[in-house]
Amino acid sequence: METTLAAQIVYQRPQSLTEAAMHYCPGCTHGIAHRLIAEVMDEMSIRERAIGVAPVGCSVFAYNYFDCDFVEAAHGRAPAMATGIKRLLPDRVVFTYQGDGDLASIGMGEIVHAAGRGENISVFFINNAIYGMTSGQMAPTTLPGQKTTSSPRGRDVETMGYPLRMAELLSNLDGAGYVVRRSLHDPKNIRMAKKAIRLAFETQLRGLGFSMVELLSTCSTNWGLSPLESLKWLEEHMIPYYPIGDFKVAEALKEIKV
Amino acid sequence: MAKELLKGNIAMAEAAIRAGLEGYFGYPITPQTELLEWMAERMPALGRAFLQAESEVAAINMLYGAACTGARVMTSSSSPGISLMMEGISYIAGTEVPVVIIDVVRGGPGLGNIAPSQGDYDQIVHGGGHGDYHPIVLAPASVQEAIDLVVLAFDLAEKYRTIVFVMADGNIGQMMEPAELPPMRPIKSEYPDWAVRGAMGRERRILSSIYIDPKDEEVTNYRLMQVWNQIQANEVRYREYFLDDAEYVVIGFGTAGRIALSAARMARAEGIKVGLLRPITLSPFPAPQIESLVSRVKGILVVEMNAGQMLNDVQKVVKGRVPVEFYGRMGGMVPFPDEILAEMRRMSQEVIPLDGDPRQRWMKRFAPVIHWNN
Ligand SMILES: Cc1ncc(C[n+]2csc(CCOP(=O)(O)OP(=O)(O)O)c2C)c(N)n1
Ligand code: SF4
Ligand SMILES: [Mg+2]
Repeated sequence: METTLAAQIVYQRPQSLTEAAMHYCPGCTHGIAHRLIAEVMDEMSIRERAIGVAPVGCSVFAYNYFDCDFVEAAHGRAPAMATGIKRLLPDRVVFTYQGDGDLASIGMGEIVHAAGRGENISVFFINNAIYGMTSGQMAPTTLPGQKTTSSPRGRDVETMGYPLRMAELLSNLDGAGYVVRRSLHDPKNIRMAKKAIRLAFETQLRGLGFSMVELLSTCSTNWGLSPLESLKWLEEHMIPYYPIGDFKVAEALKEIKV
Repeated sequence: MAKELLKGNIAMAEAAIRAGLEGYFGYPITPQTELLEWMAERMPALGRAFLQAESEVAAINMLYGAACTGARVMTSSSSPGISLMMEGISYIAGTEVPVVIIDVVRGGPGLGNIAPSQGDYDQIVHGGGHGDYHPIVLAPASVQEAIDLVVLAFDLAEKYRTIVFVMADGNIGQMMEPAELPPMRPIKSEYPDWAVRGAMGRERRILSSIYIDPKDEEVTNYRLMQVWNQIQANEVRYREYFLDDAEYVVIGFGTAGRIALSAARMARAEGIKVGLLRPITLSPFPAPQIESLVSRVKGILVVEMNAGQMLNDVQKVVKGRVPVEFYGRMGGMVPFPDEILAEMRRMSQEVIPLDGDPRQRWMKRFAPVIHWNN
């Protein structure tokens, strides 16, 4: 029977996500990042043209959640693998999804050169300041003083060096078309992150070169904080070190309104 | 097509192009660089993918990605670069995507030198990357054979969804010989049903080397071994020379095999009945052919440009039933035919023990020959 108050769908699973239940810990922002990418893929109708490259890290099984073609790279090598795919299939939408250990440590060479070449791929970079999957060792992005299982007394910059700001670093390269940092700690920032993901894909579709969205993320499990405390910690500690901002936006992108 | 004077590296590159190569990824290293340079010129001109990667690590992973699209793809390098590629090689094996890799082997270990060597036998034939996998390994002894084997490599790679190496040495890569190139084949128009090319109007596809449940990984390993069994049963290739009445047989591959052939001819002229078995597939190894020689010959001489890496595989077949001797040059040194001839003469005159270690005997004989003071 028809009711007068017709049910209206206001929120549902994006078509670009599968029905598989995600394996991420409660409160982990990997799930949010997945969802945002999938929503944008739906909005741009690129699901059938998209090829994703999964990393080694907690998101190693990202391919179980995205309903598009996917390959799984060796640790850090996703940009090289994506390059191989994109060079053979230039009209497909190729993206990598990488953690901070994957992208900024073992995969530093591959990401820098992909950006330097202006490789027409989009990179979604999950910076949670830690190695999540291997249970909490220091990442190149771990903050000064931050305790991890391999910096048990806190990261001592004298011996362990300083954290790497990847968005700033890559934005210096001429091949980069769009490089920004966003955060996933509150609704406003999540909306901003989604727009950035859209612009990253737009960059690729327009052939404007390398695009990367760095997403500040949480890892409650290995930070030893509740999900709520984690969001707060991200805001209070990560954002001062990793400012949210646009570090490289190609001229042609500036007119796009999303 | 008529014969032309061709340099090995360029001949292999052009053969791959004519076999329908769609993508090449590589990094410069002597003595294979002309191959990459030929690709740099030809591939873009044909509208195909060429990329000089930032390292061999990147090159092999670009190749991995490109192979996932189902296209014909290739990389080439030389020993230190191949060492660096081992991670990606294992991933490619675990994902079961076809690729062709050319290794123009040079002297090692370490940076070594740029002279011809066969020191990569073990790292290629017996793995090098982690886990259980067996690539097909083809070893040419001339420019013409290098051309033919490159073309074959693509067909075998696709037939078995496996890695095929063409293991040449610096000699094959660098020398010029008259040879005939194959006609240009068109690029393929259909791609296999596992290829990741975008889920247009079909279910998504995933290519990965992860089987997180050991039960599934065991099944995968078992399947890989089944494919390997098929390869062993169907793809052994070799050339034999003067074996019909041979009393002694030399076993050598690539350049070492070719020099051994000259030596065998010289020995025949002296009345020593020597034959040559030249493995073309180092993997699968021509074990059945060696087995059939054991009951027929008085002795086997293994000649290599390394310290006896294939020798181990020969001994595994022979099992001490007939005397085996070894002669090797190492570190980029290439044997002269008369060195091998001297070994043949010695074998036909002396009583070679069935037991003992041929490598130890060789080291003793060989010590005075080495240029200690250079
Ligand atoms: C070659 C190699 N070295 C080390 C590892 C072990 N390993 C797996 S995941 C990982 C770190 C992942 O951290 P990150 O990229 O930050 O991802 P997260 O789990 O935090 O999302 C490491 C070191 C590996 N799989 N391969
Ligand atoms: S360990 Fe950390 S990054 Fe990994 S799923 Fe759990 S919360 Fe997320
Ligand atoms: Mg991390």
